[in-house]
Amino acid sequence: MSFTDILWTVGIAALKSVGLLVCLLVYIAFALYADRKVWAAVQMRRGPNVVGPWGLLQSFADLTKFFFKEPIIPASANKGVFLLAPFIFATLSLAAWAVIPLAEGWAIADLNVGVLYIFAISSLGIYGVIMGGWASNSKYPFLGALRSTAQMVSYEVSIGFVIVTVLMCAGSLNLTKIVESQNQYGIFGWYWLWLFPMFVVFFISALAETNRPPFDLPEAESELVAGYMVEYSSTPFLLFMLGEYVAIMLMCAMGTILFLGGWLPPVPYAPFTWVPGVVWFVLKASLFFFMISMVKAFVPRYRYDQLMRLGWKVFLPISLVMVILVATVLKVTDLAPKSPEPPPAPVATKAVIQ
Amino acid sequence: MTALFFYLFSTVAVASAFMVIAARNPVHSVLYLILAFVNAAGLFILLGAEFLAMLLVVVYVGAVAVLFLFVVMMLDVDFAELRQGFLQYLPIGGLIGLIFLVELVLVVSTWSISPDALQVPLASNAPLEGITNTEAIGRVLYTRYAYFFQAAGLILLVAMIGAIVLTLRERAGVKRQDISAQNARDPKEVLTLHDVPSRKGLPESVS
Repeated sequence: MSFTDILWTVGIAALKSVGLLVCLLVYIAFALYADRKVWAAVQMRRGPNVVGPWGLLQSFADLTKFFFKEPIIPASANKGVFLLAPFIFATLSLAAWAVIPLAEGWAIADLNVGVLYIFAISSLGIYGVIMGGWASNSKYPFLGALRSTAQMVSYEVSIGFVIVTVLMCAGSLNLTKIVESQNQYGIFGWYWLWLFPMFVVFFISALAETNRPPFDLPEAESELVAGYMVEYSSTPFLLFMLGEYVAIMLMCAMGTILFLGGWLPPVPYAPFTWVPGVVWFVLKASLFFFMISMVKAFVPRYRYDQLMRLGWKVFLPISLVMVILVATVLKVTDLAPKSPEPPPAPVATKAVIQ
Repeated sequence: MTALFFYLFSTVAVASAFMVIAARNPVHSVLYLILAFVNAAGLFILLGAEFLAMLLVVVYVGAVAVLFLFVVMMLDVDFAELRQGFLQYLPIGGLIGLIFLVELVLVVSTWSISPDALQVPLASNAPLEGITNTEAIGRVLYTRYAYFFQAAGLILLVAMIGAIVLTLRERAGVKRQDISAQNARDPKEVLTLHDVPSRKGLPESVS
């Protein structure tokens, strides 16, 4: 490959990434607004309604505010790590979006191990939280960081098993192939129906993994002020905030791909198939986000030991049993996805050793 | 292009591995260790082993290193005390290091690999057409090495149970929540309704 070719591929990938990021961030600005509106509606308040028509521009006003505030770094903080933490948090949660296929062939990188990539990257996001909590050199952030560590590690286990069951049904780690494997019987062919218990486990684990209420113990304001974000202000705080919402949207996208059939239309017939796939994807992700914000509005916060109990003593056994059950059913009914025939076993190997 | 990334990843990996032992703050050491892990994963990707790379990130960076960091952050290390005996122990430490270095050099210099052995991996690991390396690993791991795989799992299970047994202790006087007991409570047995007359309060027998 010549140098111009390389430059060309890199340039196109960069352009795609920038396009995706801009769309994603604008979408998140309105998702944040919707989140607050839903929350307000459940509590019979008005919610943000001052900036712009119906308060639509509230998120942009907040953004400008964060930009122009003075960043304060505590005197006893570990300065480098303190500033690195929000940066890592935001970057990692944005990086995971590289493999999300918004429609057929719309992924920036269509990796063979797409699911694992997302799983790996989202498990890295926790470092932003730990580093921020530790580097603040203050008690509340530290407690928040410790809670967050234990919480994320616990719920990653059940998310891992949820992913394993879906993978067994789809027969691939590639996100595009996972969506394509759900392409029959319309809405009833998606995995939310076939793997309903896992869908519930995934939804609740996604809440815990992204520190959303009722599992927002790392930033429980009644106990820890704002948890690991206490000492942050201005742009670093904005990065944490942004990273959190990007991670939430990522979980929505994951749920859409794994359980709600990605970009597939709910009814595989004429008027529905005319709608471009990306519209279905965004609609489904928005539905997922709506469910997440409803949970925030009407479920009280868990106590920490209850959270751990739920993760280790309820979800882990359920998901383990489901993995075994799904594997058995796939084996017995012979529904398991077929892969190409294995090549003949190398016979010569033993002779060489002797 | 590949060479460029190879040098990038390997330089950063070696430099951060050095910083793991050179950093004064143990938390910084762990952070450098994580950086080294991530770069090792990058090297795996360059080799075309993307499954191993992702597993390295998920297992080592996402879980093991988090627990490292967790423990190290909780430690109350006094650096001044730690550095005190540095010069005192330097000669003996240096001597041990030197002995290890000599031994390593001796071992590596006389290392020879049987030419037959070199043939084996080449023969059995011929690239499979139309198969991702996740599938390729799965095929080898769950067929030819199934028993070793199971044995490794059992060893880990034993280690896990051992750790739990060692640290589990029954403490008296600890209040625990028993969810099933709570759910099994019958309102008829634990609740009574009373009409409390105004300005009289509850009768003595109830309160």
